[in-house]
Amino acid sequence: MSDPRLRVMKDLPSAHLLGAGTAMCAGCGGLEALHEIYDLLGGKTVFVNAAGCMTLLATYPFTPFRGSWLYTSMASASAGAQGVRDALDILRQAGRLAPEEDLTAVVLAGDGSSYGMGLAATSAAIERGLDFLYICYDNEGYGNTGQQASGATPHAARTSTTTRGYPGFKKDLFDIWAAHRPAYAATVIGAEPLDLARKIEKAVALRGPRLILALAPCPTGWDYEPRETVEIGRLAVRTGAWPLKEYADGRVVHTKLPHPRLPVAEYLRTQGRFRHLFEPQADEAALAEIQAQVDRYWQRVE
Amino acid sequence: MSRVLLTGNGAAAWGARLARVDYVPAFPITPQTEIIETLAGWFDRGEMPGRLTVLESEHSMVTAAGAAAATGVRVFTATSSQGLLYAMEMLYAVPGWRVPFVLVNVSRGLATPITLEPDHTDVLAARDSGCLQIHCATCQEVLDTVLIAYRVAEDARVRLPVIVNQDGFYLSFTREPVEVPAADAAAQFVPPFDPGPIAFRASRPVSQAVAVLGGGPYSYFRYEAHLAALAGLQAYEEAAAEFAAAFGRMHPAVECYRSDDAEVVFLMIGSFATKAKDAVDRLRDRGDRVGLVRPRLLRPYPAAALRSALLGKRAVAVIDQNLAMGLGGVLHAELAHALYGQPGAPVLASFVGGLGGRDITPEEFCEMAAIARRAGMSGVAPPPRLLYTESELREVRKLQAVANAERHGIGGQS
Repeated sequence: MSDPRLRVMKDLPSAHLLGAGTAMCAGCGGLEALHEIYDLLGGKTVFVNAAGCMTLLATYPFTPFRGSWLYTSMASASAGAQGVRDALDILRQAGRLAPEEDLTAVVLAGDGSSYGMGLAATSAAIERGLDFLYICYDNEGYGNTGQQASGATPHAARTSTTTRGYPGFKKDLFDIWAAHRPAYAATVIGAEPLDLARKIEKAVALRGPRLILALAPCPTGWDYEPRETVEIGRLAVRTGAWPLKEYADGRVVHTKLPHPRLPVAEYLRTQGRFRHLFEPQADEAALAEIQAQVDRYWQRVE
Repeated sequence: MSRVLLTGNGAAAWGARLARVDYVPAFPITPQTEIIETLAGWFDRGEMPGRLTVLESEHSMVTAAGAAAATGVRVFTATSSQGLLYAMEMLYAVPGWRVPFVLVNVSRGLATPITLEPDHTDVLAARDSGCLQIHCATCQEVLDTVLIAYRVAEDARVRLPVIVNQDGFYLSFTREPVEVPAADAAAQFVPPFDPGPIAFRASRPVSQAVAVLGGGPYSYFRYEAHLAALAGLQAYEEAAAEFAAAFGRMHPAVECYRSDDAEVVFLMIGSFATKAKDAVDRLRDRGDRVGLVRPRLLRPYPAAALRSALLGKRAVAVIDQNLAMGLGGVLHAELAHALYGQPGAPVLASFVGGLGGRDITPEEFCEMAAIARRAGMSGVAPPPRLLYTESELREVRKLQAVANAERHGIGGQS
């Protein structure tokens, strides 16, 4: 892969392209990541949206985007991207569209769509080799409807449908993508902007199906103060709960190894959704189980 | 122009080819598959420029159809039955994008039970979606209607998707002689697609299908799509007249067959209406003044044309090849809506038949005409009838006996 242009923080764009004043919640980790992504992607894009929090970004007559937008449904954003890309290809091949009028098809979807209802459409788009960028803002629950448990909810998290903690385990969407052998897949978080920017830089240089999976700390869904979003994001990485990695050319590479790796409890205790693991007394068994999961993951990596 | 033997599916594919569609998002379902296979072959052999993409579901297929049309290409797609229902969320969504494309639905009865043979309950589930609907009775009509449908869909006053309906098996798999228009004549009738302002371009960002806050803007955009659908009446009349001038075949919004002086009229849609035509001829031979009125256009609803065809008649036998559970026949309810309170409105007799491809026999047409005539004389609408014969019931009783015997045989219980 070519030498990255973005080496240090001051290489990142200083002008922000995405408009302010949207309907997102204060401290939205998804919007934080989207700002950073959009600064690098720019306006020659069609954002094909699936039902979720960010559907409210474009609310008539306003949009924060400089480029185009198409809302589809919860299940079929990737199919919408297919239609847009196919149409642009047809127009280009027929000489009916000037090259400078071409656009990048970008899916913007939450975890509810990405891990669940929209997964079949996305899997099919990857298998067809669709040239698109897929951004998932993963706040680990159906956030727009009040944080019910989704396929992305982590073990033991309290949600509005799992009031005693989610009994299941977070689905591994990165591995599901990687199993399709896409052009690129990466996990990112807004709290690590340089790592994120380097991955966007790589992704935009490639063609084919590309995933940017952003963990999106969510003050309302995870129950913490909006000002904590960046710190919680950093802790997700430094405790090893959210591994930063990328898939390209058949290989997975971790882009930030947490050394020393902090105990996962330091991440969990920042969020009300895990409070029952600490109060009224610590649930040592549950905490040990979660720590063991994280340890097992990193033992495989290291 | 050449005359060849084509199935309804073949005719639909030819319609798409002659309309020079750019893009066909597809998903296979019986009895529609021949349409997409034919188009796939033409694309693969380079006989048609453009692209066919097989999606993983009809929901995705209609999403891709709308998205591609919103990017400025001419789109064709096709489905049937369960597929149409699987796509239903998007069928209701894409009209609001104001994107024109044509979808051929090959009607097939809905589960449960599962069947492959036709009735119209599938396509009528889309009647309130904002997609316009045209119903065909012959393979020739299928081809011609696809061309007319592009004119209506792309009309600046309309800009909505159009569903062209044909019956599974009776049309989809039946070969009939079909006049295939010459490519240049078809191209003259369906000019190149002009997407207007609705197309994604780098220099001209567009936000499509965005959220609104509150009922005011919501109602505005819903009313706007409704008024566009109503404008489809005029657009259809103009396109059909122009088609007739170019190709010599008139396909009116409402076909009237020997109904001018009729006392009793059958009202039907689709290929089974050809059975009604045959029945009209037989009854006329006996001296009965019977006719047929067949709406081709169902959305927008041609209320004025139906009034002018039916006011002053004694009675109308509405034969619904569909079943709205808990209500009855959809066409009957809609016709009552068009005629209620109008001077000279005929008495309506409601019949449901032809479900899942069940035949409607000449004797039944004769009986329905008689019931409608009596109702017309008395001025009292008869109770709705579900067509079914004693011999059919005996056959089902036999099947039930076999099912019972099998169950007890396998279960080992008495």
